[in-house]
Amino acid sequence: MVSNSSVEPKIPPTFQELLFQLQQFWASRGCILQQAYDVEVGAGTMSPETFLRVLGPKPFRVAYAQPSRRPADGRYGQNPNRLFKHTQLQVILKPPPENIQALYLESLEAIGIDLRQHDVKFEEDNWESPTLGAWGIGWQVMLDGLEITQFTYFQQCGGIDLDPIAGEITYGLERIAAFLQDVDSIYDIVWARESDSGKEITYGKVRFAEEVQFSVYNFEKADVEKLWQHFRLYEEECKALLEEARELPEDADAEARNRLPLLAAFDLCLKCSHLFNLLDARGAISVTERVGVIARIRGLAVAVAKAYATQQSQAAAA
Amino acid sequence: MPVFLLEIGLEEIPAGMISAAQSELAQRIEKLLTRERLTPDTQTDALRVTSYSTPRRLAVLAEGLLQGQPDMEEEIVGPATKVAFKDGAPTQAAIAFAKKSGVEVSTLKTIQNAKGEYVSATVHRRGRTAAEVLKDGLAAEIAGIYWPKSMYWRAGKPERCVRPVRWMVALLDEEVLPLEFAGVTAGRASCGHRVLHGDAPVMVKTPLEYAKALAAAYVEVDPEARRQRIRKALDKATRQIAGARWREDEALVEIVTNLTEWPSVILGSFEQEYLTLPDEILVTVMRGYQKYFALEDSEKKLLPNFLAVLNLEVDDAGAAVIRHGNERVLRARFNDARFFWDVDQKIPLIDRVEMLKSVTFQKDLGSYWDKTERNRAVARRIIDRFDPPLFLFEPVKLETFTAIVDKAALLAKADLTTEMVKEFTELQGVVGGLYARAQRLPDGVARAIHDHYKPASQEDTIPSLPAGSVVALADKVSTIVDMFAIGLQPTGSKDPFALRRAGNGVVRILVEDDKLNDRLHLAHVCFAAMQNTKAIDDAVLRESIYDFLLDRFEFYLRESGNVNPQVARAIRKAGTTGSDYEVDGLLIGYGKIAGFAKALDAQVGSPNVLAVAELLKRTANILRQAKEKKIIFAYWESEGLLRETAEKELSRKVTEVNQAIQQSYREGNYEAAIAAIASLQPLLNAFFDSVMVMVDDPQLRDNRLALLSRTESVVRWAADFSELASI
Repeated sequence: MVSNSSVEPKIPPTFQELLFQLQQFWASRGCILQQAYDVEVGAGTMSPETFLRVLGPKPFRVAYAQPSRRPADGRYGQNPNRLFKHTQLQVILKPPPENIQALYLESLEAIGIDLRQHDVKFEEDNWESPTLGAWGIGWQVMLDGLEITQFTYFQQCGGIDLDPIAGEITYGLERIAAFLQDVDSIYDIVWARESDSGKEITYGKVRFAEEVQFSVYNFEKADVEKLWQHFRLYEEECKALLEEARELPEDADAEARNRLPLLAAFDLCLKCSHLFNLLDARGAISVTERVGVIARIRGLAVAVAKAYATQQSQAAAA
Repeated sequence: MPVFLLEIGLEEIPAGMISAAQSELAQRIEKLLTRERLTPDTQTDALRVTSYSTPRRLAVLAEGLLQGQPDMEEEIVGPATKVAFKDGAPTQAAIAFAKKSGVEVSTLKTIQNAKGEYVSATVHRRGRTAAEVLKDGLAAEIAGIYWPKSMYWRAGKPERCVRPVRWMVALLDEEVLPLEFAGVTAGRASCGHRVLHGDAPVMVKTPLEYAKALAAAYVEVDPEARRQRIRKALDKATRQIAGARWREDEALVEIVTNLTEWPSVILGSFEQEYLTLPDEILVTVMRGYQKYFALEDSEKKLLPNFLAVLNLEVDDAGAAVIRHGNERVLRARFNDARFFWDVDQKIPLIDRVEMLKSVTFQKDLGSYWDKTERNRAVARRIIDRFDPPLFLFEPVKLETFTAIVDKAALLAKADLTTEMVKEFTELQGVVGGLYARAQRLPDGVARAIHDHYKPASQEDTIPSLPAGSVVALADKVSTIVDMFAIGLQPTGSKDPFALRRAGNGVVRILVEDDKLNDRLHLAHVCFAAMQNTKAIDDAVLRESIYDFLLDRFEFYLRESGNVNPQVARAIRKAGTTGSDYEVDGLLIGYGKIAGFAKALDAQVGSPNVLAVAELLKRTANILRQAKEKKIIFAYWESEGLLRETAEKELSRKVTEVNQAIQQSYREGNYEAAIAAIASLQPLLNAFFDSVMVMVDDPQLRDNRLALLSRTESVVRWAADFSELASI
């Protein structure tokens, strides 16, 4: 029998197929495929693959799926649309090609979205992260009334003006999967389908326990005093590394400069950021304290970015 | 005559910025053409400029410009004659000047100016062609467009714009004008609708074919046409449900007009059960988040339906898919709202008041808990100042009224701690009112909480009940006073705490709330808020606050009352707007003052008013000059010192006019007050004709000044007529 693919009902991609398809798409457009960064982050932007790589003049293209932890968004697995940990597919194109919007729309077609049958709009939505000293101009991309992507032209990062700027495309994978599979709850998304038996494994099977247990920890069990202790320890260590970078003599040789563990300093800064989010979820940060703590993290992020940019430019000059 | 077209193609411009940029670009091009003498100067061949916009483009069509600038003779001044000629022969300076100017030395002339005698050259300037002028001048105009927020996109940061510029079309008749901006060279290739037309370039042959060429590529470039198309499509989709209509929302129509290039509309529905959520919440979710229009039945009850505006044209199958997607999103949104509602009910408003201690109002003014306490105290003092004090809104007793106001002021800000308001910030107040009702608080309290941010704009209504008005007044006025006290008053275009809006709200309530406006004066409200602040001991600060509010009143008269600006100014300076607000125990509130303003506005510029205004201006001038000479005179003339008939008669008349004005205010018959003031005209005329004011006898002089001063202040109690001379 000859099958006619355009008449046959389309089976929407599983969660993991969706990820494959997007990764495949962007890999074939010149992106390095990275793995998720293995330190807790609230968004794909915070991974060093974005935060540090957008600094400086070197062209760079990368795509990676980043589990993004937001303790305050946890709902004990009870809310069909909200998660403590969701997955962002993050794409960085530096500098952004002229046809970046067209490329993005092609990527939607690559995951089976027929643009003639769906209403796509680019609606103004600028992005700003006070903790990272970063902001950009862009849109939220709406598909039939659903926000599926944040599209941003980064203008500044770690307090440093970017030149060239970078284009950032962030897909909300759970939302897109639920949309394509037409399910009302994230937990009903088909994560994987066994090819021989057709047996389906849902998102709930894979992740529900994690949502419940981390909600319990984040909202009830996390020890506030210890979280503050951790925060201070990471902050001190990060500062110590930054101090070392500052004290490096100007005539230090290339090797000494390249050995400066700024990437480690950035990890420590990320730890602080996550601890702040945990403390916030525990309701342990008053409004007045909040501004101060954000400023402390921002101070670390900005200092790391600055030192990293210097390290890169010196390496390039050498 | 030539026709010119410019189209700038961009990535999606924010909807709210498109209209302003469209008209700015049109104006810039019109000004450029005028400045460069490319516009015809006859009435019949006037330049016609049309402009277009979509989310992805701004375009301007200019018809009837000149082919080129007319040639021009220009006189250029060179060196002084004595330098240019020695003994009648041209010097090196003259030769160089002639060469620079491109003329023969023999054609140089001499001219005389303020500095002496100079040589000059008449230079014939060839006009540049329109093509040259536009090609050279347009880039600067494009770069000059104002954007509230703009970005860099090319390496090296050569230019900024709202979004990256991707193409340009520039045609002078059939010819391409290859102007350059942001690395883009203009041609004749435009872009059609991203999806419906695809990537093929849309070639524009001539400027006048632009709109048609784009329409063939599924882009309606005229926003007005899109707006009409959307309105028609909304009507049509609504007709699918018998008796339904879509809730009119001009602002939302404007937004979706600027989000689409080829709009269509689909009708969607949601489950009946969500209608148990309050209308305000349902509409906010649909409108604010999804940009959907709400539907209602003939009794204005919400229907479980919505209208979504698409940037697409689809067949039935596509419409079904898109409808399904939008319904899915809306259902999730409504579920969220219901979840917030349920969670929020676990902590009643009264228990949330304490939580306000951790919500900052302003860093130097403390938390919203502090703000709440301030509002309560100010509200209480406002009630105490009611004049007459016996406050009788049948059947509510004063104690009951006071209790309702206090409870509402106490709970008014509590909703800032709810999940619902954190999600839908624009519903602050509304949510508090809805929760108060759900928590079985008295209806008056719920409505006062609900209304206390009102009026939020010029179009918004004022609070529906006096209790809400009192809480709203207390909240707004105390914010204004407290912000001024710490130096955060608005300056120029900066008004980060929206104090002008708060001031407009205060004024509108004092004018328009007819339960309050005869019992409460701006001075009462203002001083109620100033008590226990540093304003009470600081006359300059007090004055600046009161002045700020009078500015708002003047603005209100002009904008909402459509009152002539000079009348608004005259009323602002009236005695009644300040501290002189009582007549024999009768309070002259802002309702009456605005009533008088309207009556005066109807007669302003009439011969009667003009004539008396002229004389009162003269009066004011004499008084001012006397004060400048440091002459001190009484506020009331002494009868025994009146000599001339004209001054005796004027004195009698002023007393009579004073009574007539006050009587007319009592009766609300403001025409009578204006007639009384106008009746001063013959007497003032006679006075100025036959009485000398600045005589040598200081006693006589000062008495006449006192008479004029009383005349002036009797009239100015109602309005400063000297502002109305020569309209």
